[in-house]
Amino acid sequence: MGLRKFVDKIKPTFSEGGKLGFLHSTFEGFETFLYVPNTVTKKGAHIRDCNDIKRVMIVVVLALVPAMLFGMYNVGRLAGIEGVLPAFWYGFLEALPNIVVSYVVGLSIEFAFAQKRKHEINEGFLVTGLLIPLVMPIGVPCWIVALSTAFAVIIGKEVFGGTGMNVFNPALLARAFAFFAYTPQMSGEAVWYADGKTGATALEQLATTNQMEWSAMDAFWGFIPGSLGETSTAAILLGAVILLFTGVASWRIMLSVFAGGLAFGYLFDAVGMTAYPAYYHLLVGGFAFGAVFMATDPVTSAQTNCGKWIYGFMVGALAVLIRVVNPAYPEGMMLSILFMNALAPLIDYFVVERNIARRKKLIKNVK
Amino acid sequence: MKLSKNFTNPLAANNPVIVQILGICSALAVTVKLEPAFVMGLSVTFVCAFSNLFMSLLRKGVPSRIRIIVQLVVIATLVIVVDQFLRAYMYDVSKQLSVYVGLIITNCIVMGRVEAFALGNKPWDSFVDGVANGLGYAFILVLVAFFRELFGSGELFGFEIFGDWYTPNALMLFPPMALIIIGCIIWVHRSINKDLQEK
Repeated sequence: MGLRKFVDKIKPTFSEGGKLGFLHSTFEGFETFLYVPNTVTKKGAHIRDCNDIKRVMIVVVLALVPAMLFGMYNVGRLAGIEGVLPAFWYGFLEALPNIVVSYVVGLSIEFAFAQKRKHEINEGFLVTGLLIPLVMPIGVPCWIVALSTAFAVIIGKEVFGGTGMNVFNPALLARAFAFFAYTPQMSGEAVWYADGKTGATALEQLATTNQMEWSAMDAFWGFIPGSLGETSTAAILLGAVILLFTGVASWRIMLSVFAGGLAFGYLFDAVGMTAYPAYYHLLVGGFAFGAVFMATDPVTSAQTNCGKWIYGFMVGALAVLIRVVNPAYPEGMMLSILFMNALAPLIDYFVVERNIARRKKLIKNVK
Repeated sequence: MKLSKNFTNPLAANNPVIVQILGICSALAVTVKLEPAFVMGLSVTFVCAFSNLFMSLLRKGVPSRIRIIVQLVVIATLVIVVDQFLRAYMYDVSKQLSVYVGLIITNCIVMGRVEAFALGNKPWDSFVDGVANGLGYAFILVLVAFFRELFGSGELFGFEIFGDWYTPNALMLFPPMALIIIGCIIWVHRSINKDLQEK
């Protein structure tokens, strides 16, 4: 193992008191990236597990890959390129700048803060950095991606104390920033989704005319325009299987988000506010993507099991509510998840309080 | 010596907005552009200075039980004077500021300084204290408005600074961004003045 020996050899240089001691965090970040660290958690209650944050994050990145690959292919396909591979290659080249910009900007800020505060570098951004370009339209300028990423990492994460301390999902915060700051570039019919082509997405068509020009099957497989990673429900479900199989994401949240969306979809359909089947809501726009990758973020979602059901249901229900009732926002997933992020601690508080009250009552009854 | 400290203290180390966190509502509301923020800052300085002065002059004659109502009369009178003055001479700015000039009366800084300082100090000291607190408030307002107008519209005092290449950041025009900017100012301020950091 030459690499291991090399890492051990240069280790003293980066340790405290060494020549490059000030780069300690960076060195440690790379070392633990290459090898599973042999240190153990010393404080706080924890479950014994060989997986650290890095390994967990890599699983999420893997789960994102199907949606990302399909998104790239879809961009090429919509641009009118024949053949699977050429279309994919075209979309890959279109998406690459955004992904690179998001990683470079976000990681530089993370490294700078970790270095300054003498923290170890956490790999939370490996996921965030990939999520940000996936939730943006393909035609969005790189500088908007860079600004939103910087905003999300500094205001959304570092001011709260870094990885694991944030109140809001950083990737969604980046999208919210871009959405409110540069609305014309982010949404509406003038946003181009492939090769300068523009047009209404399925969501906007549903919101304005109650129908869309694609079939439900097209929407499920993902042959519709939209943000890079959100179009194919099938690819997202593949990612969901990976997340659930490895136990990284909570099945309670995923299930309840879909249930909430479906319930409110049926409700609006029943009272006649929409004239398309309720399950359309789950297929178009960012609903599935948000349910699988955003709402299940272990840091910003509810922590208690009962709280997760409530939290997930509310995310799905609110998303559909915003889509149907508020004409200014055809897509409600982003806002509903951010809103429920803010409410998650409150939900947990009441779940815990209720549990305490229930147990107190038990004690009383025994007496 | 003491007087100069009275004057410089509210400008930085004990700034009413970023240390005492007072007057936040108006700091969010009137800082979309520099001009109204500037006028608002001067108006509050005027009201704060003269309410301090008059209450300090009256402090021995006003029974403590009715002091709040007397303070309100003094402050309200001054606010009306400012409002009428703006309407007469700066009508456009007055329209932009709308209700926020009238709402100076509810600005915690004004009454806070009267209660905390003017009722126990001599007139000249109180007047200086009022001016300094008003300027401390005005300084933060102008700073916030500077960033918001520059990045939100690409202008300063209505003059174009950035050319056509600049895409205005619409989020800067929303009040939440003002809160974030004030938060960042507090962040910088506390990094410099380490004694203000809570443990």
